[in-house]
Amino acid sequence: MTAWIDTLLQGVMLGGLYALFAAGLSLMFGIMRLVNLAHGDFIVLSAFVVLVLMTALGLDPFLATLLAAPALFGLGYALQHYLLNRTIGRDVLPPLLVTFGLSIIIQNGLLEVFSADSQRLKAGAIETASISLGGGIALGTMQLLTLASAIGVILVLNLIFYRTELGRAFRATSDDPEVAQLMGIDNRHIFSLATAIAMVVIAVSALYLGMRANFDPTIGPARLLYAFEAVIIGGLGSLWGTLAGGIIIGVAQAVGAKIDPEWQILAGHLAFLAVLVLRPRGLFPRAGQ
Amino acid sequence: MGSWGTGPGRNPRETILLDGFHTMLLETRRLSKFFGSVKAADGIDFGVAAGEAVGIIGPNGAGKSTLFNLIAGNLAADSGEVLLEGKDISHLEAHRRCAAGIGRSYQIPLPFENLTVFENLLVAAVHGRGRSVGGATDVCAGILEQTGLIRRANVPAGSLTLLERKRLEMARALATGPKLLLLDEIAGGLTESECHELVATIRGIRAGGTTIVWIEHIVHALVAVVDRLIVLNFGRKIAEGHPATVMGSAEVREIYMGLAA
Repeated sequence: MTAWIDTLLQGVMLGGLYALFAAGLSLMFGIMRLVNLAHGDFIVLSAFVVLVLMTALGLDPFLATLLAAPALFGLGYALQHYLLNRTIGRDVLPPLLVTFGLSIIIQNGLLEVFSADSQRLKAGAIETASISLGGGIALGTMQLLTLASAIGVILVLNLIFYRTELGRAFRATSDDPEVAQLMGIDNRHIFSLATAIAMVVIAVSALYLGMRANFDPTIGPARLLYAFEAVIIGGLGSLWGTLAGGIIIGVAQAVGAKIDPEWQILAGHLAFLAVLVLRPRGLFPRAGQ
Repeated sequence: MGSWGTGPGRNPRETILLDGFHTMLLETRRLSKFFGSVKAADGIDFGVAAGEAVGIIGPNGAGKSTLFNLIAGNLAADSGEVLLEGKDISHLEAHRRCAAGIGRSYQIPLPFENLTVFENLLVAAVHGRGRSVGGATDVCAGILEQTGLIRRANVPAGSLTLLERKRLEMARALATGPKLLLLDEIAGGLTESECHELVATIRGIRAGGTTIVWIEHIVHALVAVVDRLIVLNFGRKIAEGHPATVMGSAEVREIYMGLAA
């Protein structure tokens, strides 16, 4: 029994990581209907940015991420402004093609600069610290922190969405970009801000990706897959749904691994398939979509 | 109101001056837009004076909504110019034209369904006329009062009835603080009494100093408000003038009323 409770808790906390991966994707899709196929590669790219800052300035990963965030915010704005805005329109294909191309460029660029060696963001003692809950159950501090960060990120994004003028513009543009423009909203600026914010979320995901496991330039697409599944399980455009989606995949993987270690990844995908069959629009679909 | 000539070579600005108006708010010059071989707008020239209310009629597919799209900027013209207060705005994007003073409502209401009615207006007021959220709140409440939506302020726009959606279209366009309000078939699908209320509301808006261009099939609603009618067919302006004169002309009866009967 204890072992199963432990598995469930581990799964929930792993889900926090997947929710972090998915939050940025969900944000961009929710506002712009833009599927960023390079999302996973941007997470890896950000992890390398954090790594470079750590090495160059001797910082710990958290401080390095804090430093990287404004730069990545700027990168996101520029990326959307100069490239992705040109691809957005009635046709969904151009953004898919362009972000697919970006994915290849980023992977190969990183391979060129950093080689295929595995890297890690070393965080020191916190990596192995844990909190005992008694009864033989202990939670890793890092895992807990990941889940807390996922909840924090989604909380902040929701505050932006529902409590600020920018958020109202995000929601209006998401409902109907053409009409939003007639109401005086500069769509391209709003879209660029959305990607800029998504890049900051990506920086947070990169921090935990890099501290919890090894990464190399080629692991982006697999992170994209988990992120995708979490977004779709939760329902397109719902951020809390994305958190729920991440946790469902995390728990499914933990339970799968408990039964047989080889089943971990498969179990996550099966949970995704099951939700698609039972609730094709996800658990928390948005009204009017 | 004097007669409005439509003969070739007659400058609309002169016509306006002859009629005693001094400021042209909107002018289009040889405005054209083709979709393949379909002429949606074929060299349209017309002017609207500040404070005026102009009606546009014409059969389906005559290019009425296209004309609005060209003026509001969600379509780019193939050729010709759009002038607002004498300034060429033909190359401005839609959001800049909105800021310059053009408000537009859609024939098929397109509210931001996931925002409340009040938020729909707030977005328009903050971005369209560059107000702070605090300053916009009173303006929006006033417009909701004026358009009869105040009791529905906090429901999601997606849950409104057709009449309410039509009113929201108008209210949201008003919230952008337009000098020129473009209304696209806002009375279509309404009952007689609803239509009556709407006419009263639009008259009120006009009395507040907003210039109005109104596309409408329901002619009796239109003539209750407008000073002047323009008739479009196949992307061309075929008649223009006092409503009674225009509706009485044989050409208009044949093309427009013939189809409507």
